[in-house]
Amino acid sequence: MENPFISLKNVRKVYRTRDIEFEAINNVSLDVAEGELISLVGPSGCGKSTLLKVLAGLHPHDEGEVNIGNQTTPFDPSKDIGMVFQQPLLLKWRRIQENVQLPAEILGLPKKAARERAKDLLNMVGLKGFEDKYPYELSGGMQQRAAIARALVHDPKLILMDEPFGALDAMTREKMNLELLDIWQKSQKTIVFVTHGIQEAVFLGTHVAVMSPSPARLADHFKVDFPHPRKLDMKTQKKFGVYTRRIYDLLGMD
Amino acid sequence: MNAAKWRKIAIITLTHIGFVALWWAAVVFGEVPEYILPTPWQALKTLEVENYNWLTHFIATSQEIFGGYILAVVVGVGFAVLFSWSKATDEALMPLLVTLNMIPKVAMAPLFIVWLRFGIDTNIVITFTICFFPILLNTVRGMREVEPDLLDLVRSLNGSQWQIFTKIQLPGALPFIFSGMKIATVLAVAGAIVGEFIQSDRGLGWFMLITQEALNTDAMVMALLLVTLIGVILYGLVLILERMLVVQDARME
Repeated sequence: MENPFISLKNVRKVYRTRDIEFEAINNVSLDVAEGELISLVGPSGCGKSTLLKVLAGLHPHDEGEVNIGNQTTPFDPSKDIGMVFQQPLLLKWRRIQENVQLPAEILGLPKKAARERAKDLLNMVGLKGFEDKYPYELSGGMQQRAAIARALVHDPKLILMDEPFGALDAMTREKMNLELLDIWQKSQKTIVFVTHGIQEAVFLGTHVAVMSPSPARLADHFKVDFPHPRKLDMKTQKKFGVYTRRIYDLLGMD
Repeated sequence: MNAAKWRKIAIITLTHIGFVALWWAAVVFGEVPEYILPTPWQALKTLEVENYNWLTHFIATSQEIFGGYILAVVVGVGFAVLFSWSKATDEALMPLLVTLNMIPKVAMAPLFIVWLRFGIDTNIVITFTICFFPILLNTVRGMREVEPDLLDLVRSLNGSQWQIFTKIQLPGALPFIFSGMKIATVLAVAGAIVGEFIQSDRGLGWFMLITQEALNTDAMVMALLLVTLIGVILYGLVLILERMLVVQDARME
């Protein structure tokens, strides 16, 4: 790939305790273009969450190269990352608006601008009118939408999502998938989306990277050739089945 | 206020009135002599006896309870914060403090008197000692109760340790701090009174011992009611403070 936004070359990450060495990722090479929504899919223990932490700069990798950013889009690792987790992890004692502003506060961005932006983002994720509510007054899906707004408030260039809809019920999850695609298109961010939902990975991703365990490695990486905006009936198409089948096969689940 | 809240208040008022009425009825219909148990009214009437110096004793006991309690909150939370900042201090001191917690604090009182002579200050120290541990232990637990993913979120933005502490750890620990503080209110009252039983020259506990000698049970019961009142005021203030600082959802009832 020419001028990738994320470039991983032979990345290896080992966790060490006193007596055990555990290879969390082995020899992963992967390029991601700017503005892609790449799904990282695989079973538990395949190293996908570890890869996300390496990308976030939270865990140093042991071998290989990790490069984020390019000439046209420089990347500042301390400012340009937004994170969404499986749990919304909103601060219980803050109103939704104040929760969304948290990253801007940590970065010391101008308050007034952050407030405006938080408001706009809450509007975008469909939480207009909930600015002054406390998290416990919102449903799980709504809380997760607030968490997504929080990940966008400091206008980062890269959004890392670790199974963000894994704790939601199936129907809310599908709805959130559609909304995420909408948010992605409006915000034009590069998104790395970790999931163990195979259908979800194909439905959301412009690309899918499949990881397999023992040893943890990148098993496949392909483009999902469906146009945007996507609708749920995409899942009934034959081509969609071909993609999911390909992943099931790789993971030995046929 | 909504109907449910009024209902709650009504029930609380009624049960309290009911309790006093039951007490009253038991004394009257059971023909209990006054030196065994006075009626509520007989107890209240003792407030008119000037020799009893109620105000002096009330203030002395309040000073012991509030003084020791506030000291325990400040030092207890302070130590917990220190432990959360320094893992070495935590590892070194925490097991020791757990052991020290096993010392029956009341049994320390005679020693405190040897060390500190007697007076209100000594009773403040006794009250402090008995309140300190539940506040410390609860706060320590609260400080540890931070979601690792939330720390990742702050760290991915190069957030400082201070930001983590002020924005996440401390407000997150508040419900735990209040939980410890509520437990300590009861202990504070007991601590001050035991201190006065062992040594003192004033205070409601001391006053109870003095009036016991003359079998003035009505005054003893009144002193007990006043001690309870101090406890209730303390507990009420803590609840009000909690209501102001902790969001409803996070409160530990």
